[in-house]
Amino acid sequence: MPPADTPPVSNLDVERYRAGFRQMCRIRAFEEQAIAAAQEKLVLGAIHPSIGQEAVAVGVCGNLRKSDIILSTHRGHGHTMAKGAEALPMMRELFGRDGGYCQGKGGSMHIADFSVGMLGANGVVGANINIAAGAAHAIRLKGEDGVVVCFFGDGAINRGPFLEGLNWAGVFQLPILFVCEDNGFAATTRTSAMTSGAGPAARAEAIGIPASTVEGNDLQAVDEAARELVDLVRGGGPRFLVARTYRLTGHTSSDAAGYRPQAEVQERWLNDPIENCRKLLEAAGVPAAELAAIREAAEAEMRAAKDEAAATGWPAVELAYADVQDVGDPRTRAF
Amino acid sequence: MPRLSYLEAGKLALAEEMRRDPLVWAVGEDLGRGGVFGQYRGLAEEFGPARISDAPISESCIMGAAVGAAMMGTRPVVEMRFSDFALCAVDELVNQAAKARYMFGGQSHVPLVVREPIGIWRSSAAQHSQSLEAWYAHIPGLVVVVPSTPADNRALLKAAIRCDDPVVYMEHKNLWALEGEVPEAAEPGELGKARVVRAGGDVTIVSWSAAVHTCAAAAESLAGAGIEAEVLDLRTLWPWDREAVLASVERSGRLLVVQEAVSVAGFGAEIAASVAEALHGALKAPVRRLGAPRIPISYAPPLEDKVRVTEAMVVEAVRSMTAAAA
Repeated sequence: MPPADTPPVSNLDVERYRAGFRQMCRIRAFEEQAIAAAQEKLVLGAIHPSIGQEAVAVGVCGNLRKSDIILSTHRGHGHTMAKGAEALPMMRELFGRDGGYCQGKGGSMHIADFSVGMLGANGVVGANINIAAGAAHAIRLKGEDGVVVCFFGDGAINRGPFLEGLNWAGVFQLPILFVCEDNGFAATTRTSAMTSGAGPAARAEAIGIPASTVEGNDLQAVDEAARELVDLVRGGGPRFLVARTYRLTGHTSSDAAGYRPQAEVQERWLNDPIENCRKLLEAAGVPAAELAAIREAAEAEMRAAKDEAAATGWPAVELAYADVQDVGDPRTRAF
Repeated sequence: MPRLSYLEAGKLALAEEMRRDPLVWAVGEDLGRGGVFGQYRGLAEEFGPARISDAPISESCIMGAAVGAAMMGTRPVVEMRFSDFALCAVDELVNQAAKARYMFGGQSHVPLVVREPIGIWRSSAAQHSQSLEAWYAHIPGLVVVVPSTPADNRALLKAAIRCDDPVVYMEHKNLWALEGEVPEAAEPGELGKARVVRAGGDVTIVSWSAAVHTCAAAAESLAGAGIEAEVLDLRTLWPWDREAVLASVERSGRLLVVQEAVSVAGFGAEIAASVAEALHGALKAPVRRLGAPRIPISYAPPLEDKVRVTEAMVVEAVRSMTAAAA
């Protein structure tokens, strides 16, 4: 028996979760800066913060290769950063500025970084499910060993593409991991009020896709579940993961979310995934000051990204006519 | 020059492109058994079930999966069976395929072809007969192809498959059996170039798809009465060959647009407006349009006939336009 004052021996992969903690802090700080920027009218359109859901993005994407593919949603900043996109071009995109990932033509809801395998957020709930199935279909056709991860929320399970895309993935046994981020809300309505039956996992199982459920605010739990599933999916067939989480902010940055009691939200803040991870690392022996420094560095990085994005000019107006199409290009045919 | 049917010409085009490029594949309901009209018959035997792929009755996913597969570098040819069914996949085509390249700032192309057979076809009623080409011509990002002959069905389908843009490829169901000469050369056609079906200086008749044949027959009949009509087959609606249309109308001074689709807000309105704007002073008669009344298509033949533009209607329209100027 060790002496009582010896710290408990931890088997935790500290490096891995310190990196995950840093990434979650970066995502949180990015979105906090984006919300502030929206109040300052630097962000021009709607943004949908994923504050409180960071562990899902980080835990899943931490098990992917750069060449693997993700498809995201309107609430996609976390997925995008977790897959390796950089903060400044993202912030510029939110501000509609030159040098944004989409040249300022897409904004938050269409952010994409194909260079890291992030094939786009999507403004239409559930639309990415079919597209993800097709991306996985292409991997299979080309005989490659990539994996596609499709993120969507619990609200998306009531859209047709959920049925069609899951069935497709099952029929063709495609290398795709469906990740349902169950944050309890479909826009501003409780999903449970508008959903018949036992929910996402049961629906996936009914289509023949093995489903599992994980505590989505526990980075380690998500990471371990995702690692197992990604291994099964790579070169294999589809899997389905439900990550139980909670959207700590409103539907958009301008939604005060008055449709839910403050006590509920306050209680949910006690299950903040970043704080959960901080405690995990501290218990494993990482000094609190080091963890605080990681968080402060993330905040400084995102403040700088906000300032630099705000100092960047608009895209050239000619870009309005660029990248529409090759045949019948509006730049070459005057209509 | 070999003679092929419109259906065989399309099949040949797909087979040639699939032999040429292993990233070309086709997906849709019943393709393994040849497709609903037989346009794919025999192809699964040559290319296998992965490249001539059956699909569940999931139009939304067929189209959406094609978008994802196209963004990943393959070149899917999507079969929608009937253009009417493609309406189940409008989000995937209009919000996703047509927009991805633009809204992602040029990071991606979406080189897919969606084959959507259109048109009235023997008592098929309101959900299997529509011609909705104008909807897609309205959408930035899409190319819209409406071939009328076997030669074009081969050349333009090949061009569509090689095109890096999403292409809405609308074959007319009533033309499947139509035979015509198809050049030996396997080169793709040029998208955006009209074809002069018949030259003439008295009136310009602009049409596309199956209505071209109605116009050609009417022009023959008019020639017997001393009226020389120039018939232009647009072949593609986006881009449409504005130069060819304006040049022809500048010579003839008269424009008649003939379409099978509902005339109201049809693509003929775009052509009529463009000509009126550009050539107002050169027109010898008011621009005319012939198309379907704004009613759904019926099942019973006498009712179905109410939406058809006939040869006699084209002849009568041209006569009234030329008489008005005399």
